[in-house]
Amino acid sequence: MRLLVFAASLVVASVAIFLVVNALPGDVATAILGFGADPSSVAALRLRLGLDRPLLVRYLSWAGGMLHGDLGRSYLTGEPVSALVSPRVAVTAWLVVISMLLAPLVALPVGMLAAMKRRTWQGAVASAASQVGLSIPTVYAGILLVVVFAVGLHWLPANGYTDLVVGGTWRPAEFVQHLVLPVASLVIVQASVLTRYVRSAFVEVLNEDYFRTARAVGWTRWRALWRHGVRNAAISVVTVIGLQLSTLLVGAIVVEQVFRIPGLGTALLSAVSNRDLIVVQGIVMVLVFAVLVINLLTDLSYLLIDPRLRGGDRR
Amino acid sequence: MRRAGLWVGVVLVALVILAALVSLVWTPYNPLQVQPTQTLRPAGWPHLLGTDGFGIDILSRLLVGARTTVYVGLVAVSLAAVGGVPLGILAGMLGGWVSQVVLRVTDVLYAFPALLLAILLAAAVGASTTTAMVAIGIASIPAFARVARAATLIVMTQDYILAARACGTSRWTISVRHVLPNIAAVLGVQASVSFGIAILAEAALSYLGLATPPPTPTWGRMLHDAQTYIFSSPVQALWPGLAIAWSVLGLNLLGDGLRDHLDPRLREAT
Repeated sequence: MRLLVFAASLVVASVAIFLVVNALPGDVATAILGFGADPSSVAALRLRLGLDRPLLVRYLSWAGGMLHGDLGRSYLTGEPVSALVSPRVAVTAWLVVISMLLAPLVALPVGMLAAMKRRTWQGAVASAASQVGLSIPTVYAGILLVVVFAVGLHWLPANGYTDLVVGGTWRPAEFVQHLVLPVASLVIVQASVLTRYVRSAFVEVLNEDYFRTARAVGWTRWRALWRHGVRNAAISVVTVIGLQLSTLLVGAIVVEQVFRIPGLGTALLSAVSNRDLIVVQGIVMVLVFAVLVINLLTDLSYLLIDPRLRGGDRR
Repeated sequence: MRRAGLWVGVVLVALVILAALVSLVWTPYNPLQVQPTQTLRPAGWPHLLGTDGFGIDILSRLLVGARTTVYVGLVAVSLAAVGGVPLGILAGMLGGWVSQVVLRVTDVLYAFPALLLAILLAAAVGASTTTAMVAIGIASIPAFARVARAATLIVMTQDYILAARACGTSRWTISVRHVLPNIAAVLGVQASVSFGIAILAEAALSYLGLATPPPTPTWGRMLHDAQTYIFSSPVQALWPGLAIAWSVLGLNLLGDGLRDHLDPRLREAT
């Protein structure tokens, strides 16, 4: 059932992407050649790019190609879109995956502290910090980090990217150096969102009878919270991480621009400014695919965390 | 303590709206006037926050930027409410397969953040204020639909709905006369939160050049421009970011405060 919904969502998403890009007014061939172009060469280009075919036929050939990994060819360079995309997927994936793993590591302790000490100043500070973190755009977080750590302290590079392996040699130090600030700007924002959910999940646990019982038999607050709280909080944390993935991807696109990182986002934006629509279409589809896959995995992971949900529908 | 949050939120948001209104009639300098002899002045007098790389007064640009932000946010949130609320009420009142379809559609929409929609629109018809507003608006529909549905489900269990039904009131009348007024407060909270998200999205879009085109000042593009001079004049980048964070913080505090005010039982948990 979940797989069926997943497949249907993919189809709906691909139709939506295709329609927005292709059915709105504005002709690709004219866009490429410029408005003063000779009508006959525009017509020739349309023919060469296959734009003269009906929308449905074009959609089916695009979608059909995707089933075996063919995203079409760039309107500008003729290069296959998949060749353009695949080396960049890794770059963006590093950013997203590392941030996704680090954010809960920051949010869990801060959220627990905010819940345990919610009536004291420590809790107030933790809550306030996450409230402020929530209000900062990723761009700004990135720029502030650059101002402090690159411009002010000269500890880290202000921008750029090095692959982990360049021409057969490992470059772990440079790789990490270039990733610290971009990842940090993503984590600040993600962890702030997450902290709020962790906090309210733990506050709920603190009010439960089983927590009082654990305290009554002599467990310390922290031990009781750790034993009973974590699993109960895990559900909402996993949900939020799943839902936040699309914001994280978007954040990565922005962060790639702030730090001039040659990832998917950079490719996407340059395709937009060149109006290379087939590339735009392809990359957006890849990103949406990633989001939908993660949503599916999130759904499935509930079953691991909460045995009560096995066999039943979560709604 | 919590009340304090609400009032801080009200004050922060009111100041942003005030800045937007003031910019309609007065700014310290012309926010479009390039002055090659006045570039990158530090904060002080006569330019309170200094000037940018074109010699334009930063405070003036910030004030006009508030206008763009408020405008884009208002239109985007209205679009989202108009699109999402009827869907949510429909799903909540009818239930069954209607509800399932609405939920699935919102699931798919969740996979399209505002930025991706804006990129698609910008690729298809060129970036503008309108494409940014439409993209942010559409991306915010699922949040409104879900909140409206959840709130409608609660309202539908109330006795006054049963009474209205017993009197033979039509579904349409029930939805407009009974459901909508009773979920309005919850929607207000959502509007406040969505407005904050819209401001963040607008900032990202205009930073990337996917929203309001130059020369109209926007906070996002001010950040972008400031980044060019980050080594020579790093302070410049502080102001537009502060303005964005200020507005979003205000709206979030306002939203949280309103929610607690509506439902004191939630105060502890959230």
